[in-house]
Amino acid sequence: MTKTGTSSPGRPGQVLPTPSHTVGPFYGYALPFRGGEEIAPLGHLDTITVHGYVLDGAGRPLPDALVELWGPRPDGTVPRVDGSIRRDPATGGCLGRNGVEFTGWGRVQTDAGGHWYARTLRPGARGRGAPCLSVCVFARGLLVHLFTRIYLPGDEAALAADPLLTRVGDRRDTLIAAEQAPGTYRFDIRLQGEGETVFLEFR
Amino acid sequence: MALTQQDIDQEIAAERAAYEERVAGGAPVEHHPRRDYAPYRSSVLRHPQRPLVAVDTAQDPDMVELHSPAFGERDITGTDNDLTRHHRGDPLGERITVSGRLLDRSGRPVPRQLIEIWQANSAGRYAHQREQHDAPLDPNFTGFGRTLTDAEGRYHFTTIQPGPYPWRNHVNAWRPAHIHFSVFGTAFTQRLVTQMYFPGDPLLPYDPILQSVTDDAARQRLVAAYDHGLSVPEFSLGYHWDIVLDGPVATWTEEGR
Ligand SMILES: [Fe+3]
Repeated sequence: MTKTGTSSPGRPGQVLPTPSHTVGPFYGYALPFRGGEEIAPLGHLDTITVHGYVLDGAGRPLPDALVELWGPRPDGTVPRVDGSIRRDPATGGCLGRNGVEFTGWGRVQTDAGGHWYARTLRPGARGRGAPCLSVCVFARGLLVHLFTRIYLPGDEAALAADPLLTRVGDRRDTLIAAEQAPGTYRFDIRLQGEGETVFLEFR
Repeated sequence: MALTQQDIDQEIAAERAAYEERVAGGAPVEHHPRRDYAPYRSSVLRHPQRPLVAVDTAQDPDMVELHSPAFGERDITGTDNDLTRHHRGDPLGERITVSGRLLDRSGRPVPRQLIEIWQANSAGRYAHQREQHDAPLDPNFTGFGRTLTDAEGRYHFTTIQPGPYPWRNHVNAWRPAHIHFSVFGTAFTQRLVTQMYFPGDPLLPYDPILQSVTDDAARQRLVAAYDHGLSVPEFSLGYHWDIVLDGPVATWTEEGR
């Protein structure tokens, strides 16, 4: 079963998926990279800061969660730019981003206090939805990662028209970040219990 | 009283029986673990209790999750996929080569995407500050590698056979030897983090993390196959492991790859 047979393309669901597993506790020397949270090009005027805590069912912050962010440019287009984790061919070390190009993707580990932050570009609207950043959360104890979204407050008409926000009813506030200062937004991720974040299953 | 392996074995058996009952009653096959799998104790406070909200990607083909971050040649150096060459000296342990293909649910290869791996050294110790296991660190082995899949979705790593290691889930808990994998697909919806195991490992039935995959066939897909054709003469033993990404993708007629 580990060797998937040759298959004819175009018949969906034909090959069975590899099961997910937890990221475990010891990815910290491997997956995070320098500048993973600095997604916005340096000095870009559309830069926003998003930050918050990842909390468990007892309200305790997770010191070992990994958050990935993925979002479009301010004009709504999706970057196809590599270079998030550039390597130095001379030393094999990590160079990180070049501060000029926008890859749209970042990765940040929570600190010892369970806090994470990222600076990225304000996402533009795409399709039928209000502008948002896509979030993928990994942690020790979490057997399958969790997807959610960060919507930004401000354009109430766009938020009111968003299909997902409309469907989740009174839980919509868990998906909308709180503006703390111009361009700075707080977004906590509650894995369980009171105020549990809305998590998504893409079909 | 401290939790024993026998206690965990009973919980594992009960979870499997409950799954088999669900399937016998007409419920769908479960390819992934349930997040509330209690034999893995760390999951207890770290899983959502509300049902996930389904998002029908066909309703909004523009959603950003149907695209994936891009990685390229400048994100990789020549020795990134050879974990035995990241230090001046040779690491201790049995050299292995691990190779396979990255595919989507339709069996289409996923070319030019990022695969990252990390693992313990041959003694079962991670190069991580918080790792408490009293086994030797190997100054010539860090245990982190990455690669891009080729045009046919193939990947290839050279590394060291990782050792099993103890953990604190219950008394005498040991993780079977495994390599952690982090994988991207053509869509962010396909994101996958998982672990690859080795055939014939006597620890496989005792491990609540592996057993969290309650479907026998799905669990078997996490175990690599020994492949003599991948063994390199006078150098390494070969293992074959294909990775199949789940999750919806943009319709093939759309832009790009
Ligand atoms: Fe591990």
